[in-house]
Order: sequence, then structure tokens, then C-alpha cells
Amino acid sequence: MVEVDARGFSCPIPVVKIMHAIENSPGESITVFVESEVSRENVSRLAQSKGYTVEIEALAEGYKLILNPPSS
Amino acid sequence: MAQVLRQLQLGPLKDRNLLVGLETSDDAAVYKLTEDLALIQTVDFFTPVVDDPYFFGQVAATNALSDIYAMGGRPLLALNIVCFPNCLPLEWLTAILQGGADKVAEAGAIIAGGHSVQDDEPKYGLAVTGLVSPQKVITNAGALPGDVLILTKPIGTGIITTGIKAGLVSPETQVAAVTSMTTLNAAAATAMPAAGVHACTDITGFGLLGHAAEMALASKVSLELEMGKIPLLPEIENLASLGLIPGGAYKNRDYLINEIIFADRITAIEKMILFDPQTSGGLFIALPGEKERDFFAALNRQEKRTLFVQTVGRVTEKQDYLILVK
Repeated sequence: MVEVDARGFSCPIPVVKIMHAIENSPGESITVFVESEVSRENVSRLAQSKGYTVEIEALAEGYKLILNPPSS
Repeated sequence: MAQVLRQLQLGPLKDRNLLVGLETSDDAAVYKLTEDLALIQTVDFFTPVVDDPYFFGQVAATNALSDIYAMGGRPLLALNIVCFPNCLPLEWLTAILQGGADKVAEAGAIIAGGHSVQDDEPKYGLAVTGLVSPQKVITNAGALPGDVLILTKPIGTGIITTGIKAGLVSPETQVAAVTSMTTLNAAAATAMPAAGVHACTDITGFGLLGHAAEMALASKVSLELEMGKIPLLPEIENLASLGLIPGGAYKNRDYLINEIIFADRITAIEKMILFDPQTSGGLFIALPGEKERDFFAALNRQEKRTLFVQTVGRVTEKQDYLILVK
């Protein structure tokens, strides 16, 4: 399980971090922490465009996203 | 900004010579000096949207001058507004100001001064004064049912500048975006008188749909836009689907979503593109359908060609939405 904490960064940095995580860990689930709705939407969009399914959990501050790869 | 302005107590200043003020969210203020002459005033400045300081200066000046063109006027004087940190090389500041000066000169106007302050992040823009005949002021409030809607630049600069920050935009697309952002709206503005234009605004931070909604609201009409006819910068759909969408696009969407009807076949990505905030965008013009040909003929007579001028929709009687995208 890969984890990326992108809190404290504004877009496009979280998207770039997730892009790298997808490239470096193909076929693995990725857990992502972001702090803004914009980052939540943009990271979801990226993941879906790569065939991942996205589970979103609202936290006290920010969001936790679990990105599941197409094959699993 | 509109929400803040609504709460302002501006005092009993009702001056009948103020032809365009705050009320209709227009591009610039217009003040009548004589029966034949009115002053147009506007100010705009922002943080760098491209890395190259010279092109940043050009973009900022093109953007600031655009408000004058959108009111049907011609720019006369400009004053620089600069914020610059003391940790960056002064050559960058020189390059920014040179970019601005070159665009102001291209517009046939003069830089007459300015003001600078030290700040952590560079910012640049201009306050521009223009002239217009009071009878020829073009506001965003005059669109009539039956008008056609014309857009003079492609959409997508917000997504592309976000993509540039992520290092994911090809050099060709970067050139296309910078070329668009540094193209003066002068040619399109010069073609407007020949076509009896009813309304005009320029497309900037509220995106195509935001500024179109302002026009619909101010003109008390509704607008129909055809997605397939709206010119887009290259790579936009790919960049947007990768999540390279600026925060402003989401703000625009949240603010406007109840005023807009989308046909079923408009994708989520296309919607976000239409909400994308633009830097130095094109003019958005409403003119009588029978004058459409005259407008394009007048445009083709201009020395400087504008590349992406396109009829993108039409004006209808007021409906229970501001805009229909189909």
C-alpha cells in the first residue's frame, strides 16, 4: 500500500505527486491525503482518467482518498 | 469580489455623468466629460502566469488594455503597477516592464508613470485610461434576443498555466497559449463599429460562463452556447482530465451552477473547461444576426489577424436559466 500525504500543497502539486506515485507503483492501491476540495476533485479526476476507482473519506481537516488500480 | 462590492457603502455619489459604474459588473468605469467625449478607466494586475518575465509583462499589459477595448474605446495612457521582491534580479523587473511597454506601444498608447512596492511575490499590471464617444460606449448590458454571440480567442489559459506549473505542457501548446494571451483585442474591437454591436465584455477570471452569465444578467436575456463551436487551446481536454484544473474554475462552477443548463452530452471535463478562469481572454460580443457577416468582413480588413474568432451561440428571450450549453 502506497501512501502520499499531499496536505500543505496546493494544485497542481498534489496531482503531480500522485502522477509520480502511479508511475512508480503501477497496480498498487494508493492512499492520498489532501486538504482542499480542489485537490480532492483534481486527484480524483487524474485517478479516474488512469482507470482507478476512487473512495473518498472526509476527515476533520481535508480528505483521505483511496485509489484502487484497474486490475485489482 | 462581487459579494464584497455589494456590501460597500459608497455614499450619496450619484453622478449622472458616470455612464458605467459598479452596478452591472462591467469591465471598466466610463465617465462622460463632454457630449462627445467620455473617459474609460480600468486597473488590473496579477502574479506571474508564465515563467518568462518579458512575456509575463506582455500578458499583463494585454490583459489590462483589454478592458478599454471591451467598452468600445481606445487606450490613451497607462500607469505601471509593480510589486517586486528585492531577492530577484533587477533584470527580471526590466524585462517585465519592457514587455508591458511594448504592448502599450503596440496599442498606440503611452506609459506615463507608475508605482512600485516591495513585496514577497512579483505582481504586475497597469491602470489604463481610454477614450470613447459617449454614444459609442459598449457595455455588457445591451444584448438582445436574436443577436449572435462571437468569441475572439480560444479558451483554456487557466488549465494550461496550471499544466505548465506541473511541467506537463508541450512547448507548442505553451507557445499557443502565450500567443493568445499576448494578442491585443484591438483588431476585434476595431471591427465592432461596423457591425452595430449591442454588447461586449472580455473573458477573464470568471471564465467564459461567468462573463457570459454577467452579460445575460445585465442584459435581461438568456444565452445559448454551442460547445462544439467554442474554440479551445490545444491539449486542454487531456490536461483537464489529468486534474490540472485551477481552483478558480471550481469557484466559478460553485457560484454559477444553478444558473446554467447543460445538455446531457456535455461531459464533466467540458463543463470545467467552460468554467476555466482566463488570463487576457478574448472579447465576447453580441451583435445582430444580420450583421454577423459585416463583422467578419471588417475583421478581415484589419492588418493584424485575430486567429480564433468564432460565432459560438445566440441570445434568446429571458428563460429560467441564464445560459444553456448544448
